[in-house]
Amino acid sequence: MDARTTSALLYLDAVSVSFDGFKALNDLSLTVEAGEMRAIIGPNGAGKTTMMDVITGKTRPDKGDVYFDGSHDLTSLDETQIAELGIGRKFQKPTVFEMHTVEDNLRLALKDDRTARATLAWRETAAEQARIGEILGVIRLGPVRRRVAGSLSHGQKQWLEIGMLLAQDPKLLLVDEPVAGLTDVETHQTAELLREIARVKTVVVVEHDMTFVRELGVKVTCLHEGSVLAEGTIDQVSANERVVEVYLGR
Amino acid sequence: MTSSPLIRALDRSAVTFILVLVAIGVIVPLLNLALPPSSPWHVPTYLVALWGKYVCYALLALSIDLIWGYCGILSLGHGAFFALGGYAMGMYLMRQIGTRGVYADPIRPDFMVFLNWPELPVYWYGFQHFAYAALMVLLVPGLLAFVFGWFAFRSRVTGVYLSIITQALTYALMLGFFRNNFGFGGNNGLTDFKDILGFNVQAQPTRAALFAISVAALILGFLICRTIVASKLGMVLISIRDAESRTRFLGYRVENYKLFVFTLSACMAGVAGALYVPQVGIINPSEFAPGNSIEAVIWVAVGGRGTLIGAVLGAAVVNYGKTTFTSGLLAPYWLFVLGSLFVLVTLLLPRGIVGTVRHYRGAWRERRNAAHGRGAQAAPKPAE
Amino acid sequence: MLSCERIIALVFALGLLIAGALSASAQNFDAALAGFTKDSYNDTDSAIGAVAASGNPLALDVIQALQDGRLLFSGDKVFIKDKAGATLDAATGKPAAAPADAANVRLNNRLRRSVEAALGGLTLMSNDPARRYEAAQAVFKSRDANALATLDAALARETDTRVKRALSEARAAVILYQPGAAENDKIAAIGSIKERADQDARGLLAGLPGGQSATVQKAAADAIASIDNRLALWNMVQNAWYGLSLGSVLLLAAIGLAITFGVMGVINMAHGEMVMLGAYVTFVVQEIIRARNPALFDYSLFIAVPLAFLFAGSVGILIERSVIRFLYGRPLETLLATWGISLILQQAVRTIFGPTNKEVGNPSWMSGAFELGGITVTYNRMWIIVFTLAVFAALLGLLRYTRLGLEMRAVTQNRQMAASMGIRTARIDALTFGLGSGIAGIAGVALSQIDNVSPNLGQGYIIDSFLVVVFGGVGNLWGTLVAALTLGVANKFLEPFAGAVLGKIAILVFIILFIQKRPRGLFALKGRAVEA
Ligand SMILES: Nc1ncnc2c1ncn2[C@@H]1O[C@H](COP(=O)(O)OP(=O)(O)O)[C@@H](O)[C@H]1O
Ligand SMILES: [Mg+2]
Repeated sequence: MDARTTSALLYLDAVSVSFDGFKALNDLSLTVEAGEMRAIIGPNGAGKTTMMDVITGKTRPDKGDVYFDGSHDLTSLDETQIAELGIGRKFQKPTVFEMHTVEDNLRLALKDDRTARATLAWRETAAEQARIGEILGVIRLGPVRRRVAGSLSHGQKQWLEIGMLLAQDPKLLLVDEPVAGLTDVETHQTAELLREIARVKTVVVVEHDMTFVRELGVKVTCLHEGSVLAEGTIDQVSANERVVEVYLGR
Repeated sequence: MTSSPLIRALDRSAVTFILVLVAIGVIVPLLNLALPPSSPWHVPTYLVALWGKYVCYALLALSIDLIWGYCGILSLGHGAFFALGGYAMGMYLMRQIGTRGVYADPIRPDFMVFLNWPELPVYWYGFQHFAYAALMVLLVPGLLAFVFGWFAFRSRVTGVYLSIITQALTYALMLGFFRNNFGFGGNNGLTDFKDILGFNVQAQPTRAALFAISVAALILGFLICRTIVASKLGMVLISIRDAESRTRFLGYRVENYKLFVFTLSACMAGVAGALYVPQVGIINPSEFAPGNSIEAVIWVAVGGRGTLIGAVLGAAVVNYGKTTFTSGLLAPYWLFVLGSLFVLVTLLLPRGIVGTVRHYRGAWRERRNAAHGRGAQAAPKPAE
Repeated sequence: MLSCERIIALVFALGLLIAGALSASAQNFDAALAGFTKDSYNDTDSAIGAVAASGNPLALDVIQALQDGRLLFSGDKVFIKDKAGATLDAATGKPAAAPADAANVRLNNRLRRSVEAALGGLTLMSNDPARRYEAAQAVFKSRDANALATLDAALARETDTRVKRALSEARAAVILYQPGAAENDKIAAIGSIKERADQDARGLLAGLPGGQSATVQKAAADAIASIDNRLALWNMVQNAWYGLSLGSVLLLAAIGLAITFGVMGVINMAHGEMVMLGAYVTFVVQEIIRARNPALFDYSLFIAVPLAFLFAGSVGILIERSVIRFLYGRPLETLLATWGISLILQQAVRTIFGPTNKEVGNPSWMSGAFELGGITVTYNRMWIIVFTLAVFAALLGLLRYTRLGLEMRAVTQNRQMAASMGIRTARIDALTFGLGSGIAGIAGVALSQIDNVSPNLGQGYIIDSFLVVVFGGVGNLWGTLVAALTLGVANKFLEPFAGAVLGKIAILVFIILFIQKRPRGLFALKGRAVEA
């Protein structure tokens, strides 16, 4: 099939991944339009993280097509190339550079020439400095900008990672469980932040927390055993019998 | 942060350290050459040569620290690059012997005459020229590291796997160089050097000059490393060390970064080996022994990895200890000491000497700043 | 003893053979003996041939005495001085005093060859099959035409198939080199020699004197080609055997390493020293047995195996408890710390036992060799292969059927999960390390049988063991088995082309390249746990 026929920014078709015989993704098909924000829900082990692994090149699918922006076949690219295309990712387990300061974490993420030669000769411009300040304001880490990231609290690390996503300035943001381990207030703030971001970017959010998803107020896809179980508004999805069964039935 | 990378590299401790090195590089040769042997301040020539050896080891340690301390690549085969640089220099020195060898052959070194080799092998061509040999000192280790790293890093061989195959690499080279038909003198290696650039290698002024040049090379190596680690490139290296796959997802081509520092580090090790050979007067295949490479790693661990200064210090301290130990009654116990050093440093002093000092000094500063109410702003790095 | 046997044999054989011609042969024998009294090399030479052909029961003794310089002559009488110093009359075999002027019958090199050929022919009649076989081989090499008659006689009554084959090969060799032999006989002879198919057979055919008919030449050339094929085949089998042997040694040395690496993710650089400790345990056990009860020597290895396992295992547990557990999650530091431990252990052994090689003996059932087809199999290598497979099977069983094995596999696959299911991972780590070290100790017992026992013993195996583990992949003992055997065989097959060292280098380079392709080995575990 010709991928250009799709207008979707992210296009997954019949993607399957198996680990030693266990199907983590099973004929998964999903499209995300440019500018859209999509929430992905599903019980533990449904394959949400694996789906992100496939999109970002960490895991190669056994079969299926994955296209970005209509023309880039993500299954043939590696993580670096995919990141360069403009796909940014926040991991389920917050991963920041613990030995670097908060500022430096953002600096490393900032969109810039990423060749070794360029980084060797790199000098910070005023614009970059301003941008870092701006992001620090958004993620509310201004006061701890010179602390090493390893000393941050769990919530602060989650936010720092979102900040790094912003700094990368990608076209598509994949956000894996951004509110796991956050307080209610922080969860609310995160939802606000993501809605803010979604005004200009395409965002895919994976989350368990139903109140959070409801707060996002966007189209929801429910995964189960590696394929799509239901899709629609949060109300439609949570009214779906099979979804209820999957979530509560066991 | 807007200053040029070189300026950023020269923080206060780096400048102090360079000044100390300069002082050593000037004063030791002076004390050796200018003072009569009777003077209590006179440094005997054998000590100059010995210390020169330490300086070469320090450069090797520095090269290991760059990749291990900053990029997490634990090479257990860096001795191979050191030895290759040494062999390149040794080949130049061999060709300088000319007709003064036992067999007085103007072209072929003694061992080739002895083995009835009719002519000089092609890969020995050109080594009579110092410039060519000097180029090879950089090129051979650099090229090997590049090819090896290109394969290894692209296929994401990391951690202990990488360590083991670097060890296998130096082991394979050792086996090769032990063979006579490799054309590098087999067991005996290259030795009986006469002169370098026309100066007698044994002569006191040559030794003093070699010492000074080694110190200069060490300073240069330190500057290069400092510039790298203080640049954004250095930041990326640390990111790779701590979270390699995260760095990839940020869009950095990790293998290129690794390849760059690995190759650079191999070149530095090669230079160290090249300076080492004229000072000790011999290079043989045992330099490739895996044990040597691991020992060099422990120098870095003792001094403190990821500190550069610590690597230099560690090389000097451990080797000084080794010399003292192995030349006295305690000689049989040296391996106990060395072995315990490996165990104790990894267990009790994982930051090494310099790292530990810095750690406590940093903690102390933070406390002091906190007392002055500027806690959150405390700079973990010198921000001048 | 021997000569007595031989006489009986000869009497027996010749009794069957030439019963009716005894008196005639006695005269021939006397006439032949006379040749020894001439003190001329030429006469002695023809006497040797005549005596050998006479069929007299004393002929063997006479020729044997001649070879040993115990044949004397005086006047026209010939005497044999037997091993005890008594003299016998060579013609009758009865004791007789030799005159004082009796002199040795002298030999030169040419005559020595004749003597050997004659002896070869004569022993063909021995009643010990092994001796007959040897004699047949000797004739095969000497191609002495005089032996033809004896050969025919021996063939007629031979019952042992092996000896029979050797005899007909010898006969074929003689006929082939007889200038006057008929073409058909020669072709048949070539066929029989072709069957033998070893280096000697090839040499025999290749050395065929010129002037043969075209058919014979062609038959010989064909036979040589066929022998070459067979030789190449056996050569391969032999190489495969050596490779298997090397592979089993590698497996033995690597298997413990594979377990610790699989379960704990740490490379134990002191693993080679555990092997070395096992070898020294064997040494100590043998020393004690030698001093106390030499009769037990053949059982020394059975005593050493459990002791080595326990000793090396305890040292391993000690190391794990005192060092490695503090370095969990820091595999590179573990590498360095265990290297330090290896230095300490080496030096400790050097201090206690001295730096030189220690003599560790092979029990009788471990020494010697036997022929199997075209290859030689030494008992020690064979038993080591058997032993290795036994250890491997035992380990496999332990992993599969015991509680410890189950828990070890669980920890290998997913440490966090295992811990959260109530497995005490710290205990598993210690036991795993002990087990791995214990197996290394056992390996040391085996290696003490084929290698020098010195403080550096372990160093010789460590890099190879690493490569086996890395090649085979983590967490799968079958991977280790395949890797060890592959590397062993590959090594031995490369050796003839590249020489031992270059072969080794080629293997190293191969593995370095292989790691690029499959960074986690042949049989890698997949999964998130591994990536962490
Ligand atoms: N690398 C891997 N190896 C083995 N199994 C995996 C791997 N990655 C994911 N899985 C399995 O695939 C399933 C889906 O996992 P995941 O995508 O993390 O689920 P979710 O993020 O929806 O909770 C799980 O059962 C998990 O154990
Ligand atoms: Mg998940």
